[in-house]
Amino acid sequence: MVNKVQHPELNHPKRTGHPVLRFLSTYVFATDHKIIGLQFLFSSLFWFAVGGMLAMAIRWQLAFPWSDMPIFGPTLFASEGGQIPGTFYNMLFTMHATIMIFFVIIPILSGAFGNYLIPLMIGAEDMAFPRLNMFSYWFMWPAFACMILSFTLPGFGPTSGWTAYPTLSLIAGDAQNLWILGLIFVGISSMMGSINYMTTILQMRAPGMHMFRMPMTVWAMFITAILQAFALPVLTAALFMQLSDRLLATGFFAPESIVVNNSITISGGGEPLLWQHLFWFYSHPAVYIMILPAMGMVSDILSCFARKPLFGYRPMIYSLIAIAGLGFVVWGHHMFVSGMNRILAISFMVSTMLIALPSGIKVFNWLGTLWGGRLFLTTPMLFSIGFVSMFIIGGLSGIVMAAPPVDIQIHDTYFIVAHFHYVLFGASVLGVMGAIYYWYPKMFGRKMNETMGKLHFILTFIFLNGTFFPMHFLGARGFPRRYADAYRFEEFQDLLPLNQFITLCAFLMGAAQLVFLINFFGSLIWGPKADRNPWHANTLEWSAPSPPPHGNFDFQPTVYRGPYEYSHPERSVDYWPQTEPPP
Amino acid sequence: MNRFWSILFCLVPILGTATFVMAAWGLPPFQGAWLPKNYSVAGETIDHLFYLLNWISAVIFIGTGAVIGWVLWKYDHRRRDQASYFSHNTQLEIVWTIIPAIILIFIAFYQMNSWAETKMIRPTISQNGQTINKPPMVLVMAKRFGWEFHYAGPDGLIETQDDDYIENELVLPVGTDVVLQLETRDVIHSFFVPQLRVKQDIVPGMKQFIWFRGTDIAEMDIACTELCGWGHYTMKGRLRLVSQKDYNLWLTERRAMQTPAMDPDDPETPQVLEERLP
Repeated sequence: MVNKVQHPELNHPKRTGHPVLRFLSTYVFATDHKIIGLQFLFSSLFWFAVGGMLAMAIRWQLAFPWSDMPIFGPTLFASEGGQIPGTFYNMLFTMHATIMIFFVIIPILSGAFGNYLIPLMIGAEDMAFPRLNMFSYWFMWPAFACMILSFTLPGFGPTSGWTAYPTLSLIAGDAQNLWILGLIFVGISSMMGSINYMTTILQMRAPGMHMFRMPMTVWAMFITAILQAFALPVLTAALFMQLSDRLLATGFFAPESIVVNNSITISGGGEPLLWQHLFWFYSHPAVYIMILPAMGMVSDILSCFARKPLFGYRPMIYSLIAIAGLGFVVWGHHMFVSGMNRILAISFMVSTMLIALPSGIKVFNWLGTLWGGRLFLTTPMLFSIGFVSMFIIGGLSGIVMAAPPVDIQIHDTYFIVAHFHYVLFGASVLGVMGAIYYWYPKMFGRKMNETMGKLHFILTFIFLNGTFFPMHFLGARGFPRRYADAYRFEEFQDLLPLNQFITLCAFLMGAAQLVFLINFFGSLIWGPKADRNPWHANTLEWSAPSPPPHGNFDFQPTVYRGPYEYSHPERSVDYWPQTEPPP
Repeated sequence: MNRFWSILFCLVPILGTATFVMAAWGLPPFQGAWLPKNYSVAGETIDHLFYLLNWISAVIFIGTGAVIGWVLWKYDHRRRDQASYFSHNTQLEIVWTIIPAIILIFIAFYQMNSWAETKMIRPTISQNGQTINKPPMVLVMAKRFGWEFHYAGPDGLIETQDDDYIENELVLPVGTDVVLQLETRDVIHSFFVPQLRVKQDIVPGMKQFIWFRGTDIAEMDIACTELCGWGHYTMKGRLRLVSQKDYNLWLTERRAMQTPAMDPDDPETPQVLEERLP
């Protein structure tokens, strides 16, 4: 590479002495967006493993209720013969959800890929506020500490579910306080990130990169940042209210005073439904925070490997905006049978039906992108097509549940569990995996192994369907979620074999992630070196060195065209980088 | 290799739809894997809606799945030198916006009545020439971790001192509108009877009313579907739907068994009203 690093003294300021300090400032307290992105990536992958283990424990209990649970049983409950108590099961699903949502999917999408890609894709040197960016990562660590500490408290952690509905959460053990504090820290972290992303995207684009030349990834990150900035304060406020109910005996969420150990812990006069409204006012937009960035990245990957312009670039952006806007007025569909005003259910049903429309348009546009292309089925492409295929299932079951009369039957059953796992695992996690395989050469300068990648894909794809598809049947039968043992009910006794099948698939799906782990870490050492643009893609990050140095570009990028000029009829090569000057 | 992946992706709609259809028609090994047998009048509408939405979904599911399979099969890079260069098609985009919009608006309107009947329009009776809401037959009191069912005592009213009270067993007549009043002693619970298609969260500080009309004599489970603590999964009740005649007989027997007056100082006496006062 002739023009590898033209200004090494600028990009890697030479320091004398203090090698420890240099290591700390480069890799630990880094202000470089790429290092921060990688920090988010590695910590999210660590928590992904923890959350996955918790999921395996949940599945064990559902398939072999009250039998000696591996690992947890002998270490924690040896005196009970390895049998877990009901409260431990509640901890398992509470922490599985909390970790997967707040420590894995949101940080890996916005934190890891948002950080890594936004400045590179818009041609900036770094984020607008590098130090704020550093804080946004380091504010995750108090949250990590809170969650790890909460595991050591009696009951082995919070047990009120990730939704933490009062009044149950008000009388829960001390671990609940740590859970609330942890989420407040996560919220502060996300807030710093979102302000940074919005400013960077609006202010720091390279010459020629006007808004409608930005790749879908950047658009999705931009919309997600706006969603976070507007929704998060509500959650943070609600969390503080719950904390003050628990610690200061206020009464936001409890209608009557609650007396524990002869002292008033909560004064009463509050409203349990208030929490649900505040919580879902954040947590429904959070659903889109957990999918929009993946949609953006998948759009870029599909277009690149179909060697074809993205179908309907502007409608794709408008539908992102529509999803984000409508996302603020659909929260009530989590509360059809909650006891809120029953007339309201109709309005929330209508808005929920409306939000299916932009989601559908996105699916059609992805299919339109593939149509007539010249498809290279690389690992990132397979994961992205998998994303579309699984998102269709998750979206369609969403329409079924959005009908309030139908929701009466399937609310809080495994049908819901099936639905959101299709969206969050089937779509978001497959999208994330595709993005890791796609941008790995840029991040580490090496390529991942394609054979292992395809093996990882096919095993994950088969077993994720084996795990989550049968849950629709469980749910239609009424099999409730959050039950440690539903087989006490005559109604659900015959569903044990189906649950055992699901558990088997879940274990195999978990095991398949080992292939990914080996590939990911092995390729850091043994992967073949990647050049700047191994996929022949158009977007700006591929014209920077792999991995890009501090400061990103070794030339001033100027943008001449949109990001999707693949297979242009007047070109001899089938791609046209955004930075290449016109002939 | 593309054809292999094409077949793999096609298996999603094929197997998915096949299992759905087999479950809906009760074919082995999926018999009984879908909605449980329904025992309420409103449940019939809910089931109809559920199947209708699933059929509409199935059409879209198969259609989009087939497109994915087709593009993978057809547009292999080994058999094509050049991809087509197009980035939009206005007519097509208008079509695939308007048709789904019509379907969604249809679904939205089609179900409104069902929701209104199930949850908004409470059954009425006429009393002294006036139409009033039908009073609740039973007060359902949820608590950690069980159900109390309070039947009216000799005064014919619930929430009075002479209420008759049973734990975890609810007996109701078929063929008539049953109204239940739901309350909780502690945290949020949810009253769920899968075979009646009835579910309602019970929130502290609120009274909820639900109603249904049973169609056939049966015995079924009542489950709590809102997380309420370590024993959430133990909150099991049984509901017996009996004929009106058997119900009257059962009520008479209960009243004969009932102790004439309950001693309020006896710790065994359920403290229904007092405990809920602020």
